Amino acid sequence: MAEVSEPIVRIRNLSKAYRRGTQVIPVLTGINFDIARGEFVALMGPSGSGKSTLLNLIAGIDSADQGSIQIGDVEITRLGESELARWRAGSVGFIFQFYNLIPVLTAYENVELPLLLTHLSRRERHEHVEAVLNVVGLADRMDHYPSQLSGGQQQRVAIARAIVTDPEILVADEPTGDLDRVSAEEILLLMDRLVHEFGKTVIMVTHDPRAAEKAHLIRHLEKGELSVT
Amino acid sequence: MGIPYSYSFRNLWTRRLTTVLTASGMALVVFVFAATLMLTEGLQKTLVQTGSSDNVVLLRKSSNSEVQSAVERDQASLLESQPEIAVGADGEPLLAKELVVLINLKKRVGDKPSNVIIRGIDAASLKLRPAVRLKEGRMPRPGSAEVVAGESVSRRFKGCGLGETLRFGMRDWRVVGVFDAGSTGFSSEIWGDRDQMMQAFRRPVYSSIIFRLRDTTAFDAYKARVEGDPRLTVEAKRETQYYLDQSEAMAKFLRILGLVLTVIFSIGAVIGATITMYAAVANRVTEIGTLRALGFPRKSILAAFIIEALLLGLCGGILGVCAASFMQLITISTMNWASFSELAFSFTLNFSIIWKSLLFSVVMGFVGGALPALRASRMNIVEALRAT
Repeated sequence: MAEVSEPIVRIRNLSKAYRRGTQVIPVLTGINFDIARGEFVALMGPSGSGKSTLLNLIAGIDSADQGSIQIGDVEITRLGESELARWRAGSVGFIFQFYNLIPVLTAYENVELPLLLTHLSRRERHEHVEAVLNVVGLADRMDHYPSQLSGGQQQRVAIARAIVTDPEILVADEPTGDLDRVSAEEILLLMDRLVHEFGKTVIMVTHDPRAAEKAHLIRHLEKGELSVT
Repeated sequence: MGIPYSYSFRNLWTRRLTTVLTASGMALVVFVFAATLMLTEGLQKTLVQTGSSDNVVLLRKSSNSEVQSAVERDQASLLESQPEIAVGADGEPLLAKELVVLINLKKRVGDKPSNVIIRGIDAASLKLRPAVRLKEGRMPRPGSAEVVAGESVSRRFKGCGLGETLRFGMRDWRVVGVFDAGSTGFSSEIWGDRDQMMQAFRRPVYSSIIFRLRDTTAFDAYKARVEGDPRLTVEAKRETQYYLDQSEAMAKFLRILGLVLTVIFSIGAVIGATITMYAAVANRVTEIGTLRALGFPRKSILAAFIIEALLLGLCGGILGVCAASFMQLITISTMNWASFSELAFSFTLNFSIIWKSLLFSVVMGFVGGALPALRASRMNIVEALRAT
């Protein structure tokens, strides 16, 4: 296990509710939660427990009703929309259940996408993309379109896209949910490697106990409240 | 840097059938738009090319065309002695006193009668129109009942071919030659000896006087003097201006007709583009959510979909212009409302029309794509990602 240091994620008194007409449905209630740098955390819980909402809030793609989230030195709950977009581009890597690759772009171009928001030159971008595709073992498939890759390979390309900007944290929403057992195992091993070799902080939402076993810490959400395992 | 252009282009390519169908709708509108401009351009080019800026046309005041004009012989004598008139190599003034009469001839196809201009020329007429070249046969002998026909008339009207005989002015006239006047209005005329024609048509006066200026910059002073002379009832126009004025009424009509058709058609094409772009947005909700999650701002999403719509419009524009370019092969004839005579001209494509048509198609793409692009850019990231 990587050396666990100071918290990179600090969540304080976080609440979120959804509104359906006049009805208010609380999803998260007074969440307090720290995640240490280099930690691999699994968020588990039944459907509707608020785990994906918590992940979205940590990733800065949803806004809280109350409370604060601090990632590193940045309190993202205070950021405006465009500042948040800039922050996401440099600080968070996303891994989705259905990979969410852009079908009309090649593996190389998909991985390069986040780098288009940086000031890197074309050559520098090429070096970065090649390096991360080597990490995920797909350098030889860089010219392939997503439809020409298997599910496991697509998820590896998605992981390469997530780490290409060298973000502090990776958020993964059911990363093995659409994969067969063998591919799922490969992806979990790769994520484990990202934590141990590259010191990434990974926050993963999963229903799969085998996936959760890879995490250092499993947090359960039940009716919007956290418990530790 | 925003979302790469290849994203927009490849998305269009991926749904080729929809792209082609929508672009075809836009192409139809661009075709109508370009064809109307080409028609107007062809008409104006034909009439303006008919004239030369060095030449001056003298007509009776308030006459809109040579057909309506009459210049008395005594006035003609005064006018041919003005110092501004250029002199040819043979020492003769480059001035022609011409007769212009309309006659009715039957077309070779359909037997339908139509007006044709008969121009009575004199010795200087050909020198004043260097574009006119004898193509077949010979020029009419002075004092004879012989005529030469413009190539367009010769081809389209009965009795106007080389060696054929026409009957007008209570006489028979033999066609002894066919002349090529390029794409000018003279191609739609029949020329013969002026004095013979004045007798045949019982005309005691000339229709117009055409001469070449010795110094082209002297026109304004000449015009002021001639039009202010109490002995004269003529007005002077540069030949190019005279023919441009002739084309104006019809060009205006064509422009309005084209504009009305184009506006009506373009509403349909824009709605088509909007539907296509809405479908494109609806099919790519997750992609949009992903791009936004990765950090691409709303304006990048807006730009990507606008670019896609512009490309769609441009495809339609290119298709439309390509289709319209084939119209250049067609020559049409219609009534010149200024002279009430038949005038043949071609659809003419130039860079200005290509540019305007492509701009028009891109504007249609923009209008069609604006709302869907706006919708894409305003999507909530979480909701978009849930659409998986």
